[in-house]
Amino acid sequence: MRLSKYIFIGILLGLTLYKSEAVSWFRIYEMFHFQSFHMYGIIGTSVIAGILVVQLIKRTHLKSIEGKEIVIQPKDKAYARYILGGFIFGLGWALAGVCPAPMFILMGSGYTVFIVFLAAAMLGTFFYGVARKYLPHNMK
Amino acid sequence: MVPQFLLDIKDFISQPWPWYVAGGMITLIMFLLLWLGKDFGMSANLRVMCAADGAGDYSDFFKFDWQSQGWNLMVALGAMFGGYIAAHYFSTPGEEVAHVSAATVESLRNLSPDLNFAEGAVPLIPDFYSWEALFSLRGILVIVVGGFLVGFGARYAGGCTSGHAISGLSALQFSSLVAVIGFFLGGLVMTHFILPLIF
Repeated sequence: MRLSKYIFIGILLGLTLYKSEAVSWFRIYEMFHFQSFHMYGIIGTSVIAGILVVQLIKRTHLKSIEGKEIVIQPKDKAYARYILGGFIFGLGWALAGVCPAPMFILMGSGYTVFIVFLAAAMLGTFFYGVARKYLPHNMK
Repeated sequence: MVPQFLLDIKDFISQPWPWYVAGGMITLIMFLLLWLGKDFGMSANLRVMCAADGAGDYSDFFKFDWQSQGWNLMVALGAMFGGYIAAHYFSTPGEEVAHVSAATVESLRNLSPDLNFAEGAVPLIPDFYSWEALFSLRGILVIVVGGFLVGFGARYAGGCTSGHAISGLSALQFSSLVAVIGFFLGGLVMTHFILPLIF
């Protein structure tokens, strides 16, 4: 059960994003045209419910299954990387119509060409790792 | 014979899921991962895969304890299974459509002549997600360039939709809000200024 429970969580994620059409290039295109509430509804409900869940975890000092207090690691305060990196990610998201979770989901549902997409995404991540010392981050 | 109530459940799940169901499920997934002492972030898998492939020889960014991240690869594997199950057992063949708005149907028609769909007949998956498409400029841009930008941008920004837009905003992290604003600025520029040039 150590790792298999994560497979179960992944299956829930795959079913959810596939059945809600969030894996569709056309839904992402529609979202960036502000022509439907659908994607904003998905992200909006998950964030609003997520805020409540995180606040409940904090206030009740809920312990994780390992018995440790659940702490959410604060992200570093370096804004150049978030806006620049975010911008580049957004270009790719709107072009490809998928972010990393739908990439895996579509690969599994039979669109094997996403193996090429995964290789390209790994290459992008690798390129970041090699080039990061030359990129602005604003980190102290 | 499969009992009727199981078939009813199958039909129920096979309907398109409304946004509030999907949103609630995503929060449940985030909660389960937090409760298991982990963080919801799919793009971190790309870094793990690079590290496992020996990228640590080229950059210290890949010298970390990637062996401890097997759980996240299992989430990715599960997502692949979930995609398979959804497409093969909880969908009606030939009826896999994206229920986009009439305005989007119109915008697609203006974007490219071969995106001319009747209302209600926009496919869930575009036909440029295919091996054949890799021999066209559009396919290369969407699959190869799109993949590279997603992989590069997600790590530069320190997270993708799951890490920043869902987990980060839920934890009221200001930096995640900055990243999400970046996602949207990039997405708007691509959709409104670059896609019309390349489609």
